[in-house]
Amino acid sequence: MGELRLMKGNEAVAEAAIRAGCDGYFGYPITPQSEIMEYLMAEKPHERTGMVVLQAESETASINMLYGGAGTGKMVMTSSSSPGISLMQEGISYMAGAELPCLLVNIVRGGPGLGTIQPSQADYFQAVKGGGHGDYKMIVLAPASVQEMCDFVKLGFELSFKYRTPAFILSDGAIGQMMEKVELFDPIPRRTEAELIKQCPWAATGKPKNREHIIITSLDLDPAGQERVNLKLQAKYKIMEENEVRYETIQCDDAEYIFVAFGLSARICQKSIDLARKKGIKVGLFRPITLSPFPTKPLGEMSKRVKGILVVEMNAGQMIEDVRLSVHSDQKVEHYGRFGGIIPSPDEVVAALEQKIIGG
Amino acid sequence: MTEEIIIAGFGGQGVLSMGKILAYSGVMQNKEVSWMPSYGPEMRGGTANVTVIISDERISSPILNSYDTGIILNQQSLDKFEKTIKPGGLLIYDPNGITHPPVRKDINIYSIAAADEAGKIGLSKVFNMIVLGGFLKLKPLVNPENIHKGLEKSLPARHHKLIPDNEKAIELGKELLIPVVVLN
Repeated sequence: MGELRLMKGNEAVAEAAIRAGCDGYFGYPITPQSEIMEYLMAEKPHERTGMVVLQAESETASINMLYGGAGTGKMVMTSSSSPGISLMQEGISYMAGAELPCLLVNIVRGGPGLGTIQPSQADYFQAVKGGGHGDYKMIVLAPASVQEMCDFVKLGFELSFKYRTPAFILSDGAIGQMMEKVELFDPIPRRTEAELIKQCPWAATGKPKNREHIIITSLDLDPAGQERVNLKLQAKYKIMEENEVRYETIQCDDAEYIFVAFGLSARICQKSIDLARKKGIKVGLFRPITLSPFPTKPLGEMSKRVKGILVVEMNAGQMIEDVRLSVHSDQKVEHYGRFGGIIPSPDEVVAALEQKIIGG
Repeated sequence: MTEEIIIAGFGGQGVLSMGKILAYSGVMQNKEVSWMPSYGPEMRGGTANVTVIISDERISSPILNSYDTGIILNQQSLDKFEKTIKPGGLLIYDPNGITHPPVRKDINIYSIAAADEAGKIGLSKVFNMIVLGGFLKLKPLVNPENIHKGLEKSLPARHHKLIPDNEKAIELGKELLIPVVVLN
Protein backbone atom coordinates (compact mmCIF):
# COMPACT_ATOMS: atom_id res chain seq x y z
CA MET A 1 0.00 0.00 0.00
CA GLY A 2 1.31 3.44 -0.95
CA GLU A 3 1.67 6.35 1.42
CA LEU A 4 -1.67 7.73 2.68
CA ARG A 5 -2.20 11.47 2.94
CA LEU A 6 -5.02 13.94 3.31
CA MET A 7 -4.51 16.33 0.41
CA LYS A 8 -6.23 18.98 -1.65
CA GLY A 9 -6.83 18.02 -5.26
CA ASN A 10 -4.38 20.70 -6.36
CA GLU A 11 -1.69 19.41 -3.99
CA ALA A 12 -2.26 15.87 -5.23
CA VAL A 13 -1.64 17.00 -8.83
CA ALA A 14 1.63 18.63 -7.78
CA GLU A 15 2.89 15.70 -5.70
CA ALA A 16 1.90 13.25 -8.45
CA ALA A 17 3.85 15.28 -11.01
CA ILE A 18 7.03 14.95 -8.96
CA ARG A 19 6.40 11.24 -8.39
CA ALA A 20 5.57 10.57 -12.04
CA GLY A 21 9.07 11.67 -13.04
CA CYS A 22 8.01 14.98 -14.59
CA ASP A 23 10.94 17.02 -15.93
CA GLY A 24 9.41 20.47 -15.85
CA TYR A 25 6.39 22.47 -14.71
CA PHE A 26 5.79 25.90 -16.25
CA GLY A 27 2.83 27.94 -15.07
CA TYR A 28 1.29 31.22 -14.09
CA PRO A 29 -0.85 31.61 -10.95
CA ILE A 30 -4.63 31.84 -11.08
CA THR A 31 -7.35 30.93 -8.58
CA PRO A 32 -8.55 28.23 -7.92
CA GLN A 33 -5.41 26.27 -8.84
CA SER A 34 -2.52 28.32 -7.47
CA GLU A 35 -1.80 25.63 -4.85
CA ILE A 36 -0.30 23.49 -7.62
CA MET A 37 2.66 25.80 -8.16
CA GLU A 38 2.77 26.82 -4.49
CA TYR A 39 3.11 23.17 -3.48
CA LEU A 40 5.75 22.54 -6.13
CA MET A 41 7.78 25.59 -5.10
CA ALA A 42 7.60 24.57 -1.42
CA GLU A 43 8.59 20.98 -2.18
CA LYS A 44 11.70 22.09 -4.11
CA PRO A 45 11.51 19.20 -6.60
CA HIS A 46 14.82 20.31 -8.14
CA GLU A 47 16.30 18.94 -4.91
CA ARG A 48 14.12 15.81 -4.82
CA THR A 49 14.31 14.71 -8.45
CA GLY A 50 15.91 17.49 -10.50
CA MET A 51 12.50 18.62 -11.82
CA VAL A 52 12.33 22.25 -12.94
CA VAL A 53 9.51 24.45 -11.64
CA LEU A 54 9.26 27.85 -13.25
CA GLN A 55 6.79 30.69 -12.95
CA ALA A 56 6.48 32.01 -16.49
CA GLU A 57 5.61 35.62 -17.30
CA SER A 58 2.22 34.58 -18.69
CA GLU A 59 0.13 31.57 -19.70
CA THR A 60 1.16 32.15 -23.32
CA ALA A 61 4.79 31.88 -22.28
CA SER A 62 4.05 28.71 -20.24
CA ILE A 63 2.57 26.80 -23.15
CA ASN A 64 5.43 27.80 -25.44
CA MET A 65 7.92 26.63 -22.80
CA LEU A 66 6.07 23.32 -22.92
CA TYR A 67 6.48 23.23 -26.70
CA GLY A 68 10.22 23.69 -26.35
CA GLY A 69 10.58 21.18 -23.53
CA ALA A 70 8.41 18.56 -25.21
CA GLY A 71 10.34 19.03 -28.45
CA THR A 72 13.40 17.69 -26.64
CA GLY A 73 11.41 14.72 -25.32
CA LYS A 74 11.05 16.09 -21.79
CA MET A 75 8.03 15.26 -19.66
CA VAL A 76 6.49 18.69 -19.20
CA MET A 77 3.28 20.09 -17.80
CA THR A 78 1.35 23.21 -16.98
CA SER A 79 -1.83 23.98 -15.10
CA SER A 80 -4.20 26.89 -15.05
CA SER A 81 -7.84 27.77 -14.70
CA SER A 82 -10.28 28.69 -17.45
CA PRO A 83 -9.15 32.17 -18.60
CA GLY A 84 -5.52 31.04 -18.47
CA ILE A 85 -6.28 27.91 -20.49
CA SER A 86 -7.97 30.10 -23.12
CA LEU A 87 -4.71 32.00 -23.50
CA MET A 88 -2.89 28.73 -24.17
CA GLN A 89 -5.08 27.50 -27.01
CA GLU A 90 -2.77 28.54 -29.84
CA GLY A 91 0.13 26.65 -28.27
CA ILE A 92 -2.00 23.58 -27.59
CA SER A 93 -3.01 23.41 -31.25
CA TYR A 94 0.65 23.76 -32.28
CA MET A 95 1.65 20.92 -29.94
CA ALA A 96 -1.13 18.67 -31.26
CA GLY A 97 -0.01 19.52 -34.82
CA ALA A 98 3.66 18.88 -34.06
CA GLU A 99 2.71 15.66 -32.19
CA LEU A 100 4.27 16.71 -28.92
CA PRO A 101 3.36 15.08 -25.61
CA CYS A 102 2.53 17.18 -22.56
CA LEU A 103 0.13 17.29 -19.64
CA LEU A 104 -2.29 20.19 -19.20
CA VAL A 105 -4.48 20.65 -16.14
CA ASN A 106 -7.55 22.91 -16.12
CA ILE A 107 -9.09 23.56 -12.70
CA VAL A 108 -12.20 25.06 -14.23
CA ARG A 109 -13.92 28.16 -12.83
CA GLY A 110 -17.15 29.80 -13.89
CA GLY A 111 -17.10 31.79 -17.14
CA PRO A 112 -17.38 33.26 -19.66
CA GLY A 113 -14.73 35.96 -19.44
CA LEU A 114 -13.11 36.43 -16.06
CA GLY A 115 -16.31 34.93 -14.68
CA THR A 116 -15.92 33.80 -11.10
CA ILE A 117 -13.44 31.74 -9.09
CA GLN A 118 -16.05 29.16 -8.08
CA PRO A 119 -16.18 25.69 -9.68
CA SER A 120 -17.71 25.02 -13.09
CA GLN A 121 -17.67 22.48 -15.93
CA ALA A 122 -18.28 25.01 -18.68
CA ASP A 123 -14.95 24.31 -20.43
CA TYR A 124 -16.06 20.86 -21.65
CA PHE A 125 -16.43 22.00 -25.27
CA GLN A 126 -13.08 23.78 -25.19
CA ALA A 127 -11.28 20.69 -23.89
CA VAL A 128 -13.09 18.04 -25.92
CA LYS A 129 -13.85 19.76 -29.20
CA GLY A 130 -10.50 21.53 -29.41
CA GLY A 131 -10.34 25.11 -28.13
CA GLY A 132 -7.57 25.82 -30.59
CA HIS A 133 -7.76 25.74 -34.37
CA GLY A 134 -7.51 22.78 -36.71
CA ASP A 135 -8.63 19.16 -36.62
CA TYR A 136 -7.02 17.91 -33.45
CA LYS A 137 -8.07 15.97 -30.39
CA MET A 138 -6.51 15.60 -27.00
CA ILE A 139 -6.90 12.82 -24.49
CA VAL A 140 -9.17 14.40 -21.89
CA LEU A 141 -9.43 12.81 -18.44
CA ALA A 142 -12.08 13.88 -15.91
CA PRO A 143 -11.15 13.06 -12.30
CA ALA A 144 -13.97 12.83 -9.76
CA SER A 145 -11.86 12.54 -6.62
CA VAL A 146 -8.56 13.70 -5.16
CA GLN A 147 -7.29 10.13 -5.67
CA GLU A 148 -7.98 10.42 -9.39
CA MET A 149 -6.33 13.86 -9.49
CA CYS A 150 -3.19 12.05 -8.36
CA ASP A 151 -3.55 8.95 -10.53
CA PHE A 152 -4.50 10.78 -13.72
CA VAL A 153 -1.29 12.82 -13.69
CA LYS A 154 0.63 9.57 -14.10
CA LEU A 155 -1.90 8.17 -16.58
CA GLY A 156 -2.00 11.44 -18.52
CA PHE A 157 1.77 11.47 -19.00
CA GLU A 158 1.73 7.81 -20.07
CA LEU A 159 -0.99 8.36 -22.66
CA SER A 160 0.49 11.60 -23.97
CA PHE A 161 3.81 9.85 -24.70
CA LYS A 162 2.10 6.73 -26.03
CA TYR A 163 0.18 8.77 -28.62
CA ARG A 164 2.43 11.83 -28.86
CA THR A 165 -0.47 14.16 -28.20
CA PRO A 166 -1.32 16.58 -25.40
CA ALA A 167 -3.19 14.98 -22.50
CA PHE A 168 -5.58 17.15 -20.58
CA ILE A 169 -7.05 16.86 -17.08
CA LEU A 170 -10.42 18.61 -16.93
CA SER A 171 -11.21 19.20 -13.27
CA ASP A 172 -12.88 22.02 -11.36
CA GLY A 173 -12.37 24.40 -8.46
CA ALA A 174 -14.16 22.17 -5.95
CA ILE A 175 -12.04 19.08 -6.64
CA GLY A 176 -8.96 21.30 -6.67
CA GLN A 177 -9.78 22.84 -3.29
CA MET A 178 -11.24 19.88 -1.40
CA MET A 179 -9.21 17.43 0.64
CA GLU A 180 -9.63 13.67 0.58
CA LYS A 181 -7.59 10.65 1.48
CA VAL A 182 -5.04 9.84 -1.22
CA GLU A 183 -2.88 6.78 -1.63
CA LEU A 184 0.23 8.08 -3.38
CA PHE A 185 1.96 5.89 -5.94
CA ASP A 186 5.65 5.15 -5.42
CA PRO A 187 7.97 7.67 -7.08
CA ILE A 188 9.14 6.84 -10.59
CA PRO A 189 12.67 8.14 -11.26
CA ARG A 190 13.03 10.77 -14.00
CA ARG A 191 14.30 9.23 -17.23
CA THR A 192 18.01 9.42 -17.87
CA GLU A 193 19.10 11.11 -21.11
CA ALA A 194 19.75 7.67 -22.65
CA GLU A 195 16.29 6.43 -21.66
CA LEU A 196 14.73 9.58 -23.08
CA ILE A 197 16.52 9.17 -26.44
CA LYS A 198 15.39 5.54 -26.59
CA GLN A 199 11.77 6.42 -25.74
CA CYS A 200 11.60 9.50 -27.99
CA PRO A 201 13.54 8.91 -31.21
CA TRP A 202 11.56 11.82 -32.69
CA ALA A 203 12.88 14.33 -30.14
CA ALA A 204 15.46 17.03 -30.81
CA THR A 205 18.13 15.68 -28.49
CA GLY A 206 21.26 16.69 -30.39
CA LYS A 207 22.24 15.48 -33.86
CA PRO A 208 24.66 12.58 -34.16
CA LYS A 209 26.66 12.43 -37.41
CA ASN A 210 24.85 9.35 -38.73
CA ARG A 211 21.33 10.78 -38.51
CA GLU A 212 19.29 13.32 -40.45
CA HIS A 213 18.07 16.49 -38.79
CA ILE A 214 14.98 16.14 -36.69
CA ILE A 215 12.50 18.88 -37.47
CA ILE A 216 9.62 19.54 -35.11
CA THR A 217 7.00 21.76 -36.65
CA SER A 218 3.28 22.10 -37.19
CA LEU A 219 3.87 23.90 -40.50
CA ASP A 220 3.72 22.27 -43.92
CA LEU A 221 3.01 24.80 -46.66
CA ASP A 222 2.40 22.05 -49.21
CA PRO A 223 -1.31 21.18 -48.87
CA ALA A 224 -0.69 17.57 -49.92
CA GLY A 225 1.87 17.28 -47.15
CA GLN A 226 -0.45 18.92 -44.66
CA GLU A 227 -3.25 16.56 -45.67
CA ARG A 228 -0.91 13.63 -44.96
CA VAL A 229 -0.25 15.11 -41.50
CA ASN A 230 -4.00 15.32 -40.91
CA LEU A 231 -4.59 11.76 -42.08
CA LYS A 232 -1.89 10.56 -39.73
CA LEU A 233 -3.44 12.46 -36.84
CA GLN A 234 -6.91 11.10 -37.60
CA ALA A 235 -5.58 7.54 -37.79
CA LYS A 236 -3.98 8.05 -34.39
CA TYR A 237 -7.21 9.44 -32.90
CA LYS A 238 -9.05 6.38 -34.19
CA ILE A 239 -6.63 4.10 -32.33
CA MET A 240 -7.14 6.21 -29.19
CA GLU A 241 -10.91 5.70 -29.57
CA GLU A 242 -10.43 1.96 -29.86
CA ASN A 243 -8.03 1.55 -26.95
CA GLU A 244 -8.37 4.32 -24.43
CA VAL A 245 -12.06 4.72 -23.58
CA ARG A 246 -12.56 4.71 -19.83
CA TYR A 247 -15.79 4.97 -17.84
CA GLU A 248 -17.41 3.81 -14.62
CA THR A 249 -20.94 2.58 -13.93
CA ILE A 250 -22.54 2.72 -10.50
CA GLN A 251 -25.77 0.90 -9.58
CA CYS A 252 -26.71 0.45 -13.23
CA ASP A 253 -27.57 -3.27 -13.09
CA ASP A 254 -31.23 -2.78 -12.21
CA ALA A 255 -31.49 0.87 -13.25
CA GLU A 256 -34.55 2.13 -15.11
CA TYR A 257 -32.99 5.57 -15.44
CA ILE A 258 -29.40 6.77 -15.53
CA PHE A 259 -27.55 9.94 -14.76
CA VAL A 260 -24.65 10.71 -17.07
CA ALA A 261 -22.18 13.01 -15.35
CA PHE A 262 -18.43 13.57 -15.08
CA GLY A 263 -16.14 14.94 -12.38
CA LEU A 264 -17.79 16.68 -9.43
CA SER A 265 -21.27 16.31 -10.94
CA ALA A 266 -20.79 12.54 -10.92
CA ARG A 267 -20.05 12.67 -7.19
CA ILE A 268 -23.20 14.70 -6.56
CA CYS A 269 -25.22 12.22 -8.64
CA GLN A 270 -24.00 9.37 -6.44
CA LYS A 271 -25.67 11.05 -3.47
CA SER A 272 -28.74 11.70 -5.63
CA ILE A 273 -28.87 7.96 -6.40
CA ASP A 274 -29.03 7.18 -2.65
CA LEU A 275 -31.80 9.74 -2.17
CA ALA A 276 -33.77 8.57 -5.23
CA ARG A 277 -33.50 4.89 -4.36
CA LYS A 278 -34.93 5.65 -0.89
CA LYS A 279 -37.97 6.91 -2.79
CA GLY A 280 -38.07 3.74 -4.88
CA ILE A 281 -36.62 5.25 -8.07
CA LYS A 282 -34.17 2.83 -9.68
CA VAL A 283 -31.46 5.12 -11.01
CA GLY A 284 -27.78 4.53 -11.72
CA LEU A 285 -24.80 6.54 -12.90
CA PHE A 286 -22.74 6.33 -16.07
CA ARG A 287 -19.56 8.33 -15.55
CA PRO A 288 -17.30 9.03 -18.54
CA ILE A 289 -13.71 9.11 -17.29
CA THR A 290 -12.22 9.88 -20.70
CA LEU A 291 -14.27 12.73 -22.13
CA SER A 292 -12.14 12.36 -25.25
CA PRO A 293 -12.28 9.67 -26.52
CA PHE A 294 -15.90 9.65 -25.34
CA PRO A 295 -17.37 6.28 -24.26
CA THR A 296 -19.88 6.32 -27.10
CA LYS A 297 -20.32 2.57 -27.56
CA PRO A 298 -20.74 1.49 -23.91
CA LEU A 299 -23.13 4.37 -23.26
CA GLY A 300 -25.10 3.47 -26.38
CA GLU A 301 -25.38 -0.13 -25.19
CA MET A 302 -26.46 0.86 -21.71
CA SER A 303 -29.01 3.36 -23.00
CA LYS A 304 -30.97 0.52 -24.63
CA ARG A 305 -31.82 -0.86 -21.20
CA VAL A 306 -33.14 2.35 -19.61
CA LYS A 307 -36.23 4.52 -19.94
CA GLY A 308 -34.52 7.87 -19.69
CA ILE A 309 -31.21 9.68 -19.23
CA LEU A 310 -30.55 12.85 -17.25
CA VAL A 311 -27.25 14.52 -18.07
CA VAL A 312 -26.06 16.54 -15.08
CA GLU A 313 -23.37 19.15 -15.69
CA MET A 314 -22.20 22.42 -14.15
CA ASN A 315 -22.79 24.14 -17.48
CA ALA A 316 -25.66 24.97 -19.82
CA GLY A 317 -25.53 21.65 -21.69
CA GLN A 318 -22.26 20.60 -23.32
CA MET A 319 -21.56 16.89 -22.76
CA ILE A 320 -25.25 16.24 -23.50
CA GLU A 321 -24.39 16.66 -27.20
CA ASP A 322 -22.00 13.69 -27.03
CA VAL A 323 -24.56 11.72 -25.01
CA ARG A 324 -27.21 12.33 -27.69
CA LEU A 325 -24.76 11.21 -30.39
CA SER A 326 -24.20 7.97 -28.43
CA VAL A 327 -27.82 6.89 -28.04
CA HIS A 328 -30.75 6.13 -30.31
CA SER A 329 -32.60 9.23 -31.49
CA ASP A 330 -35.79 8.01 -29.74
CA GLN A 331 -34.07 7.80 -26.36
CA LYS A 332 -35.23 10.37 -23.86
CA VAL A 333 -32.25 12.57 -22.90
CA GLU A 334 -32.59 15.73 -20.83
CA HIS A 335 -30.13 18.09 -19.19
CA TYR A 336 -29.90 19.59 -15.74
CA GLY A 337 -27.27 22.22 -15.12
CA ARG A 338 -26.22 25.06 -12.84
CA PHE A 339 -23.81 27.69 -14.05
CA GLY A 340 -21.41 30.43 -13.11
CA GLY A 341 -19.90 28.71 -10.07
CA ILE A 342 -23.11 27.33 -8.54
CA ILE A 343 -22.94 23.65 -7.60
CA PRO A 344 -26.19 21.67 -7.87
CA SER A 345 -27.32 19.99 -4.64
CA PRO A 346 -28.10 16.25 -4.57
CA ASP A 347 -31.83 16.91 -3.89
CA GLU A 348 -32.25 19.32 -6.77
CA VAL A 349 -30.79 16.69 -9.10
CA VAL A 350 -33.39 14.17 -7.84
CA ALA A 351 -36.13 16.76 -8.35
CA ALA A 352 -34.89 17.34 -11.91
CA LEU A 353 -34.96 13.58 -12.58
CA GLU A 354 -38.54 13.40 -11.35
CA GLN A 355 -39.69 16.43 -13.34
CA LYS A 356 -37.77 16.10 -16.58
CA ILE A 357 -37.43 12.35 -17.04
CA ILE A 358 -39.94 10.41 -14.92
CA GLY A 359 -42.80 12.89 -15.00
CA GLY A 360 -41.91 14.66 -18.24
CA MET B 1 -21.46 4.78 9.47
CA THR B 2 -21.44 8.11 7.65
CA GLU B 3 -21.30 11.41 9.52
CA GLU B 4 -21.93 14.59 7.53
CA ILE B 5 -20.77 17.71 9.37
CA ILE B 6 -20.84 21.43 8.66
CA ILE B 7 -18.45 23.62 10.66
CA ALA B 8 -19.04 27.36 10.26
CA GLY B 9 -17.93 30.63 11.82
CA PHE B 10 -15.81 33.71 11.26
CA GLY B 11 -12.57 33.52 9.32
CA GLY B 12 -9.75 33.21 11.85
CA GLN B 13 -11.71 31.12 14.36
CA GLY B 14 -9.98 27.99 13.15
CA VAL B 15 -13.00 26.56 11.38
CA LEU B 16 -11.03 25.11 8.47
CA SER B 17 -8.25 23.76 10.69
CA MET B 18 -10.73 22.14 13.09
CA GLY B 19 -12.21 20.36 10.08
CA LYS B 20 -8.79 19.39 8.82
CA ILE B 21 -7.71 17.92 12.17
CA LEU B 22 -10.98 15.96 12.39
CA ALA B 23 -10.59 14.72 8.80
CA TYR B 24 -6.93 13.78 9.22
CA SER B 25 -7.78 11.91 12.43
CA GLY B 26 -10.38 10.04 10.38
CA VAL B 27 -7.74 9.08 7.81
CA MET B 28 -5.54 7.80 10.65
CA GLN B 29 -8.50 5.68 11.80
CA ASN B 30 -8.77 4.20 8.31
CA LYS B 31 -12.01 6.01 7.45
CA GLU B 32 -12.97 7.60 4.17
CA VAL B 33 -13.03 11.39 4.55
CA SER B 34 -13.71 14.53 2.60
CA TRP B 35 -13.06 18.18 3.54
CA MET B 36 -14.73 20.74 1.32
CA PRO B 37 -14.10 24.38 2.27
CA SER B 38 -15.92 27.47 1.21
CA TYR B 39 -13.44 29.53 -0.71
CA GLY B 40 -13.35 32.78 -2.60
CA PRO B 41 -15.90 35.56 -2.20
CA GLU B 42 -17.79 33.75 0.57
CA MET B 43 -14.66 33.68 2.73
CA ARG B 44 -13.72 37.23 1.91
CA GLY B 45 -17.10 38.27 3.34
CA GLY B 46 -15.78 37.22 6.74
CA THR B 47 -17.44 33.85 7.18
CA ALA B 48 -15.78 30.50 6.64
CA ASN B 49 -17.29 27.07 6.51
CA VAL B 50 -16.20 23.56 5.75
CA THR B 51 -18.11 20.36 5.07
CA VAL B 52 -16.42 17.33 6.63
CA ILE B 53 -17.66 13.82 5.88
CA ILE B 54 -16.32 10.80 7.73
CA SER B 55 -17.52 7.40 6.58
CA ASP B 56 -16.81 3.69 6.51
CA GLU B 57 -17.81 3.68 2.85
CA ARG B 58 -16.75 5.51 -0.29
CA ILE B 59 -18.06 9.07 -0.01
CA SER B 60 -20.49 10.22 -2.67
CA SER B 61 -21.04 13.97 -2.86
CA PRO B 62 -18.53 16.15 -0.96
CA ILE B 63 -21.08 18.96 -1.18
CA LEU B 64 -24.34 18.68 0.73
CA ASN B 65 -27.38 20.68 1.68
CA SER B 66 -28.30 18.82 4.86
CA TYR B 67 -26.10 17.61 7.67
CA ASP B 68 -26.05 15.20 10.62
CA THR B 69 -24.14 17.73 12.72
CA GLY B 70 -23.68 21.48 12.64
CA ILE B 71 -20.83 23.08 14.64
CA ILE B 72 -21.65 26.77 14.61
CA LEU B 73 -19.49 29.60 15.88
CA ASN B 74 -21.27 32.82 14.90
CA GLN B 75 -24.73 34.29 14.36
CA GLN B 76 -24.56 34.47 10.55
CA SER B 77 -23.66 30.79 10.38
CA LEU B 78 -26.41 29.86 12.83
CA ASP B 79 -28.93 31.77 10.72
CA LYS B 80 -27.70 30.02 7.60
CA PHE B 81 -27.22 26.45 8.82
CA GLU B 82 -29.70 25.79 11.67
CA LYS B 83 -32.36 24.85 9.13
CA THR B 84 -30.01 22.48 7.29
CA ILE B 85 -29.54 20.03 10.18
CA LYS B 86 -31.38 16.76 9.54
CA PRO B 87 -34.28 16.07 11.96
CA GLY B 88 -32.83 14.14 14.90
CA GLY B 89 -29.39 15.61 14.13
CA LEU B 90 -27.03 17.58 16.33
CA LEU B 91 -26.27 21.29 16.66
CA ILE B 92 -23.39 22.52 18.81
CA TYR B 93 -22.88 26.27 19.10
CA ASP B 94 -20.75 28.71 21.02
CA PRO B 95 -23.10 31.27 22.63
CA ASN B 96 -20.44 34.00 22.42
CA GLY B 97 -21.92 36.74 20.21
CA ILE B 98 -25.18 34.85 19.63
CA THR B 99 -28.18 37.17 20.03
CA HIS B 100 -30.77 34.83 18.49
CA PRO B 101 -30.20 31.33 19.85
CA PRO B 102 -31.40 28.28 17.90
CA VAL B 103 -35.12 27.57 18.01
CA ARG B 104 -35.53 24.07 16.59
CA LYS B 105 -37.10 21.39 18.78
CA ASP B 106 -36.52 18.40 16.46
CA ILE B 107 -32.74 18.27 16.80
CA ASN B 108 -30.33 17.86 19.72
CA ILE B 109 -28.80 21.19 20.66
CA TYR B 110 -25.84 21.84 22.96
CA SER B 111 -24.05 25.06 23.74
CA ILE B 112 -20.36 25.20 24.54
CA ALA B 113 -18.82 28.41 25.93
CA ALA B 114 -15.47 27.72 24.32
CA ALA B 115 -14.48 31.30 23.50
CA ASP B 116 -15.02 32.45 27.11
CA GLU B 117 -13.20 29.46 28.56
CA ALA B 118 -10.26 29.75 26.16
CA GLY B 119 -9.90 33.41 27.16
CA LYS B 120 -10.02 32.57 30.87
CA ILE B 121 -7.29 29.94 30.72
CA GLY B 122 -5.15 31.94 28.32
CA LEU B 123 -5.37 29.42 25.47
CA SER B 124 -7.33 31.42 22.92
CA LYS B 125 -5.35 29.79 20.09
CA VAL B 126 -6.88 26.39 20.81
CA PHE B 127 -10.46 27.65 21.12
CA ASN B 128 -11.45 25.54 18.14
CA MET B 129 -10.13 22.39 19.82
CA ILE B 130 -12.38 23.03 22.84
CA VAL B 131 -15.33 22.98 20.46
CA LEU B 132 -14.02 19.85 18.76
CA GLY B 133 -13.76 18.20 22.19
CA GLY B 134 -17.44 18.91 22.81
CA PHE B 135 -18.34 17.32 19.49
CA LEU B 136 -16.20 14.25 20.13
CA LYS B 137 -17.81 13.77 23.56
CA LEU B 138 -21.20 13.46 21.83
CA LYS B 139 -19.95 11.63 18.73
CA PRO B 140 -16.72 9.75 19.42
CA LEU B 141 -15.97 9.06 15.75
CA VAL B 142 -12.23 9.01 16.22
CA ASN B 143 -10.23 7.85 19.25
CA PRO B 144 -7.71 10.04 21.11
CA GLU B 145 -4.73 8.15 19.71
CA ASN B 146 -5.77 8.94 16.13
CA ILE B 147 -6.56 12.55 17.06
CA HIS B 148 -2.98 12.80 18.28
CA LYS B 149 -1.79 11.47 14.92
CA GLY B 150 -4.21 13.80 13.13
CA LEU B 151 -2.75 16.77 15.00
CA GLU B 152 0.78 15.70 14.11
CA LYS B 153 -0.16 15.41 10.44
CA SER B 154 -2.20 18.62 10.26
CA LEU B 155 0.06 21.00 12.16
CA PRO B 156 3.37 22.11 10.69
CA ALA B 157 6.38 20.77 12.62
CA ARG B 158 7.07 24.20 14.17
CA HIS B 159 3.68 23.99 15.93
CA HIS B 160 4.09 20.45 17.25
CA LYS B 161 5.01 21.85 20.65
CA LEU B 162 1.40 23.04 20.85
CA ILE B 163 -0.04 19.53 20.50
CA PRO B 164 -0.34 18.99 24.32
CA ASP B 165 -2.31 22.27 24.62
CA ASN B 166 -4.56 21.14 21.78
CA GLU B 167 -5.20 17.81 23.47
CA LYS B 168 -5.84 19.54 26.80
CA ALA B 169 -8.37 21.77 25.06
CA ILE B 170 -10.16 18.76 23.55
CA GLU B 171 -10.46 17.18 27.02
CA LEU B 172 -11.69 20.48 28.47
CA GLY B 173 -14.34 20.77 25.75
CA LYS B 174 -15.80 17.45 26.83
CA GLU B 175 -16.67 19.00 30.22
CA LEU B 176 -18.17 22.24 28.92
CA LEU B 177 -21.22 21.07 27.00
CA ILE B 178 -24.54 22.42 28.20
CA PRO B 179 -27.62 20.59 26.89
CA VAL B 180 -30.25 22.93 25.40
CA VAL B 181 -32.53 20.46 23.63
CA VAL B 182 -32.07 16.72 24.12
CA LEU B 183 -34.36 14.41 22.19
CA ASN B 184 -35.37 11.09 23.69
